[in-house]
Amino acid sequence: MKKAQPPQRDLFPGALEMMILRTLKRQPLHGYALVQHIKRTSNDLLQIEEGSLYPALQRLLKEDLVKAEWAVSSTNRRVRIYTLTLSGAKHLEREVSRFETMLEGITRVLARGES
Amino acid sequence: MNWFKQLFTRRRLYNDLSAEIQAHLDEKIDELVAAGVPRRDATAAARCEFGNATLIEEDSRDVWRWMSIENLFADARYGLRMLGRNPVFTVVGLLTIAIGIGANAAVFSVVNGVLLKPLNYPKAEELVSLHQTAPGAAGLADFENGLFLSPSMYFTYSEQNRTCRSLGVWDTGTANVTGLAEPEQVRTVEVSDGVLEALGVPPTVGRWLARADQIPRGHETVMLSYGYWQRHFAGDRSVIGRNLMVDSRPREIVGVMAQRFRFVDTEFDLIVPLAFDRGKLILAGFGYHGIARLKPRVTIAEANADITRMLPIWMDSWTNGPGTNPHFYETWKITPMIRPLKQEVIGNVSEVLWVVMGTIGLVMLIACANVTNLLLVRVESRQQELAVRAALGAGWGRIVRGLLVESVMLGLMGGVAGMGLAYAAVRFLADVGPANLPRLNEISIDARTLGFTLVNSVLSGLLFGLIPAFKYAGPRTSLELRSAGRTISASRERHRARNLLVIGQVAMALVLLVSAGLMIRTFQALRTVDPGFTDARHLQVMRISIPNLLIPEAERVARTQSEILDKLSAVPGVNSAGFVSGMPMEGLDSGWDCIFAQDKTYPDDVMPPLRLYKYISPGFLHTAGTRLIAGREFTWDEVYGLRPVVMISENLAREMWGSPSAAIGKQLREFSSMPWREVIGVIQDVRERGVQENAPPIVYWPPMMEYLFGAKAAETMRTETFLIRSERAGTESFLNEVRQAVWSVNSNLPLASVRTMQEVYDKSVARTSFTLVMLGIAGAMALALGIIGIYGVISYTVSQRKREIGIRLALGAQSGDVVSMVLRQGAKLALLGVCIGVAAAFALARLMTSLLFGVSAHDPLTFAAVAALLILVALIACYIPARRAMKVDPIVALRYE
Repeated sequence: MKKAQPPQRDLFPGALEMMILRTLKRQPLHGYALVQHIKRTSNDLLQIEEGSLYPALQRLLKEDLVKAEWAVSSTNRRVRIYTLTLSGAKHLEREVSRFETMLEGITRVLARGES
Repeated sequence: MNWFKQLFTRRRLYNDLSAEIQAHLDEKIDELVAAGVPRRDATAAARCEFGNATLIEEDSRDVWRWMSIENLFADARYGLRMLGRNPVFTVVGLLTIAIGIGANAAVFSVVNGVLLKPLNYPKAEELVSLHQTAPGAAGLADFENGLFLSPSMYFTYSEQNRTCRSLGVWDTGTANVTGLAEPEQVRTVEVSDGVLEALGVPPTVGRWLARADQIPRGHETVMLSYGYWQRHFAGDRSVIGRNLMVDSRPREIVGVMAQRFRFVDTEFDLIVPLAFDRGKLILAGFGYHGIARLKPRVTIAEANADITRMLPIWMDSWTNGPGTNPHFYETWKITPMIRPLKQEVIGNVSEVLWVVMGTIGLVMLIACANVTNLLLVRVESRQQELAVRAALGAGWGRIVRGLLVESVMLGLMGGVAGMGLAYAAVRFLADVGPANLPRLNEISIDARTLGFTLVNSVLSGLLFGLIPAFKYAGPRTSLELRSAGRTISASRERHRARNLLVIGQVAMALVLLVSAGLMIRTFQALRTVDPGFTDARHLQVMRISIPNLLIPEAERVARTQSEILDKLSAVPGVNSAGFVSGMPMEGLDSGWDCIFAQDKTYPDDVMPPLRLYKYISPGFLHTAGTRLIAGREFTWDEVYGLRPVVMISENLAREMWGSPSAAIGKQLREFSSMPWREVIGVIQDVRERGVQENAPPIVYWPPMMEYLFGAKAAETMRTETFLIRSERAGTESFLNEVRQAVWSVNSNLPLASVRTMQEVYDKSVARTSFTLVMLGIAGAMALALGIIGIYGVISYTVSQRKREIGIRLALGAQSGDVVSMVLRQGAKLALLGVCIGVAAAFALARLMTSLLFGVSAHDPLTFAAVAALLILVALIACYIPARRAMKVDPIVALRYE
């Protein structure tokens, strides 16, 4: 039986959202471009099912961290462009600093374990 | 919270989402095509890269959803569609559930109305009945009613207590009301000061009876019940201040009680003040119910302690007359046993109701088992559908939830239909319910019953949905995609659930049938008991009361009563007539007294036991059909001549003198101041308190005697039960002639409680017959459901095994072999169920011991008969599918393989 696993399983909860927010901070993008950008920037190290982006985007929309508008893209397609909101930017800052603290903690523990 | 806004903008959100996902896929495909991949491969690659689009879309939508209630609605819609697609299954299932739930709702509404709801008084939990026991006064203080209060007790308790807000005593009675239309005997409640205050229900019009109304020989007053006010005064408010002739005395109407007001457990027409004459009270006279409203936060234990403290005060404050020892009552060991008023009202009916509730609950379980079986069969045929849904990505939990939602919907729909049945059933219950079922008028389908039914529906839905859901929605499901559609003989394991259900059903049905069987045996045993009268159907009884003011002199009362008997005997079709102070089972005790025998010696400090006494007229025994064991009965000459004669019951004769014949000619009396009376006759034992109770020893006095306390006056019983032996008893024309006969003697005499002795008897066994009817219904339902269950399973197995049976027949098996194979399977299930059921019934039957009479809870005959019946019925149920199996045509059965 095929069982659909949430793809974020490889990431920690909230990681995908954080990456989306960070990407959107640079420039507003539509879903497809967003996922291509994340894949490209991560050098394809992160295995992300493309579709998994959409539930995450809905969550961000719901919490007013991003907003979406239909527009026409450079390749002349009707796409939905996501833009970071003010509270989205603040949220990103908080999340990044929390993530860095966490990463530092983990790194220290791992380093101590080696010596 | 903007979920409210979301609720309305969501459709747009969802459309955006679908469009966006589609755009994503298109862009990806276009990009791949541009890179030189063929379009078909590009589409596949894009989808693969994207993941399960439907699931992702659902997950994305989920973000906007509120507590996944919508999923539930979607499941419900789907479930409804599935139910609609299979109408036969749905109707059969619905009917089963509806009957089960309807029966449960109806019985629950009775349990709720009678046992659970608080009494209809403000702050009813503060109300208590002043119950007390007196183990030293056997007879007078029986187990059920204990020792009633005497008026002097009332004064002591009411004035000295520290725990009650108000306290009073009351009793029921009858009175003749004249001057309105025809003379009428009405039901009265006599109350002391404090009773109405305790109950706390304000009058609709006028005022309560007050302290001033309790002054003896003062201005006499009366209150009306709402019903009486409506019937006789059409609700006229100006009735206050008018006079009503009660027992030939004018009483001023001071108030009308509220419509919903009921006096504890009795119906009444008038409330009259007791007006005790304080100066004339003695210690004795234990004839009144005590009622009190406790002060807030006072416990029953504290109130009991309070009464215990007051008992010596009572004995010190009053006397029974010069030369008597007031502390004599210490030998009675009077102990307060205050209990909530509700318990007093409910009485002994609670056991019956809980037993009925339990059996109806079992019927519900059997119904659930049947529906589970139906669902199992259906889920089996839907395996392919489930497997497809699972393959498409529906999670295990989702499928289980879907199936459960479907069965809960079935439960809820059954519940709605069941409520319709319950409305009808409640009306039926009110009809077959024991006539003396307390609070009958408070039974209704209220919010609590609806809540109970809702919970019952959902729970049964879950119950019968769980087994199929978990059995077939499990991870094995993918296998079914391959095998579905092939008719292989089912493995043992596949039938286990169904077989277990059938065994359970048979076991539960057996328990119910055993309990019904025990009630039937009880009823049979009751029928064989000689109640002390014969041919009750042709025995007309009625109460006639001659008030003091109408005819003051005792002898004239006796002559009037005798004249009534003569007139009654002259009515066409009457064989004989007589009267008695109270017929057996009427619930009217004349009184209890210590009886001394002349040839026995009694130590000073030992009183002989208290004996029940009654008054009977000459001709009573012959009319009632009560047998004279020895001696002869009273004559009218002896009555008028105040001759010192007496009759006693057979058991009293044996107890005191060894045999009925030995008692004749012996002397006895009630008090030392009374003359000795000669025993002239011994009467058969009668079941005074109902067929189920032992016959008490009884002393029978003539209807007119010298006055109790020595004065040279005679005293007669003014209220008597008249009885007439006639083939015409109970007919309207007969009753009219009887009324005319009585009124030809005195036109101011109303007839009350007019009924045949059969009605009195039926009322006395009403509790048993109600239990019998209810358990009979439950047992019949259980049997029917059990048959359907076992039939369904066997016939389903036969249809599943058609191919196997075909092969067997083709290989030379005889049709008889096939039949016996199927029968064996059914018999095995039935036998197992019967064994388990017998064990369960053996354990459970003890719970109904108190409802049984003349039969042991483990009556072997009942157990054996029920077990045999169930096995027989099960075999018949199996025989029909077995016949079908026999007729299987091997060629047809094998053709489709």
